[in-house]
Amino acid sequence: MLKLINISKTFNIDTLNQTKALININLEVKNGDFITIIGGNGAGKSTLLNSIAGVFKPTEGNIILSKKNITDLPEYKRANFIGRVFQDPLMGTSPEMTIEENLSMALNKKSSLSLKWAVNKRKREIIKDHLSEINLGLENRLETKVKLLSGGQRQALTLLMATIIEPDILLLDEHTAALDPATAIKINELTENIISNHNITTLMITHNMKAALRFGNRLLMMNRGKLLLDIDGKTKENMTINHLLEIFQKKHKEGFYNDRSILSLA
Amino acid sequence: MSLGFILTSIEQGLIYGIMAIGVYITFRILDFADLTVDGSITLGAAISSHMIIANFNPFFTLIVATVGGAISGSITGFLNTKMKIAPLLSGILTMTSLYSINLRIMGRPNIPLISDITIFDLFYLPFIPTRYQDFILILFIVIMVLILLILFLKTKLGYALRATGDNPNMVRSMAIDTKKIKMIGLIIANSFVALSGALICQYQGFADISMGIGTIIAGLASVIIGEVLIGKKSFYFIVPGIILGSIIYRGSISFALMSGFAASDLKLLTALIVIFFLSAPRLKSFLGGTFNA
Ligand SMILES: Nc1ncnc2c1ncn2[C@@H]1O[C@H](COP(=O)(O)OP(=O)(O)OP(=O)(O)O)[C@@H](O)[C@H]1O
Ligand SMILES: [Mg+2]
Repeated sequence: MLKLINISKTFNIDTLNQTKALININLEVKNGDFITIIGGNGAGKSTLLNSIAGVFKPTEGNIILSKKNITDLPEYKRANFIGRVFQDPLMGTSPEMTIEENLSMALNKKSSLSLKWAVNKRKREIIKDHLSEINLGLENRLETKVKLLSGGQRQALTLLMATIIEPDILLLDEHTAALDPATAIKINELTENIISNHNITTLMITHNMKAALRFGNRLLMMNRGKLLLDIDGKTKENMTINHLLEIFQKKHKEGFYNDRSILSLA
Repeated sequence: MSLGFILTSIEQGLIYGIMAIGVYITFRILDFADLTVDGSITLGAAISSHMIIANFNPFFTLIVATVGGAISGSITGFLNTKMKIAPLLSGILTMTSLYSINLRIMGRPNIPLISDITIFDLFYLPFIPTRYQDFILILFIVIMVLILLILFLKTKLGYALRATGDNPNMVRSMAIDTKKIKMIGLIIANSFVALSGALICQYQGFADISMGIGTIIAGLASVIIGEVLIGKKSFYFIVPGIILGSIIYRGSISFALMSGFAASDLKLLTALIVIFFLSAPRLKSFLGGTFNA
């Protein structure tokens, strides 16, 4: 359903700061895949998701989503089929607007912008139903401005906004990294619930190896702009964090000594 | 202070309040520092006064002036969103071009409307003393504008406008083109500003090529006064609060003039008023501590 064909992204081309963030990435994501992505800092994980979301155009390559070539589609148009949750809880919501106002914008995602009321009775009921499903009591706080919510509540809300109209693909970029451990676990569980209930195709970046092994049916490991590892669900089930670390260290060294183009950047 | 003095200040405050709401839309809702305003307010006056001396219906001239404002807003929007020129510069470029355009429209630097028919000549309610007739007409127009704006802000487009100033990233991830929204915001804001300009020239009985100078500061002063008075509330309260802010601002200016300041001191006074209201929350806690934070 999602195909990345030979995607490369180089930042600051022809300057001293030139960075090859993605190098010839090929990836095929199947319908219903829940893929976790791990990798060190600067590995290119966020750049990968940003390319898919259309934050920038890849330097090279094509992106095919549901048989459409979306490589040249601007970010806001891709958002019709893509849901996102960011690492920063401030990124996904409008803080000065209320919970209801935020969710109603998500609910109106696919309808045209018009002079119709943003919220009506029916929409309010839908919003309330969805909010009660996530069990945070937010259904009773529809008029609360989002800036008054905690980071965890905001991430839960952003997750709901990203999925209330089912996206073709959901992109999660370390969306629990800014939360305290207990809240992170809660949000991870909520994520898992929403994804499995609606069978949403998902790419989830995480720094937490345990979470990467526990969630999803496929695991990708990235390093220095390349895909190091692509593990399917069965293999993943029998893996431990130590396995992952071993593989990572081994591959990391290989890559470091073998790849001249990367070496020249280091 | 005479009743006439108070009434005039209120009337002026109401008319300029429409402009201040335009400033609120760009500066506050859209988070876009739009300087088109100094030009679009004069544009409204230029169009309206020119049409009035050509014997058009003065109410109709208000509509044409508003459309003129919309176009000037769209030009600033075009420069910013399509040509990627910075917001401040986009506004300044439109404002500067408008000076020449306004002069073209007016044909001379000043158009007096002495024996010409304005909306204030056409409007008459029975049983109401003559001195309140203008006030009622102005109040009616301002209330219409307020209602329209508040209703608009509750629509899908209105939500998108509010969210774009607040978090454009979120708006894009809701599949909305923030550039389009900026454009729409600038169009609406400058429509209000030009309408205000058209009303001003009919109210004061002349249009002048330099009447727009300093408008942006007056608008910001009204917005800030309104916000300080109303506090952190939803826009249902803020929007009328800005009209109140505009009335207080005009009142302060008239009062200053009456107490012997020269017209040339006004710019300094305006700055002082803005500084006073901006620092009011601090001053309050500074002086008594009774003010709750
Ligand atoms: N907008 C940008 N401009 C310039 N360089 C960038 C930009 N975004 C990312 N990079 C560079 O691209 C490389 C990959 O960054 P990316 O953010 O994708 O890493 P990541 O795997 O998400 O890392 P982290 O785990 O720290 O979030 C880094 O070297 C980074 O400095
Ligand atoms: Mg990252």
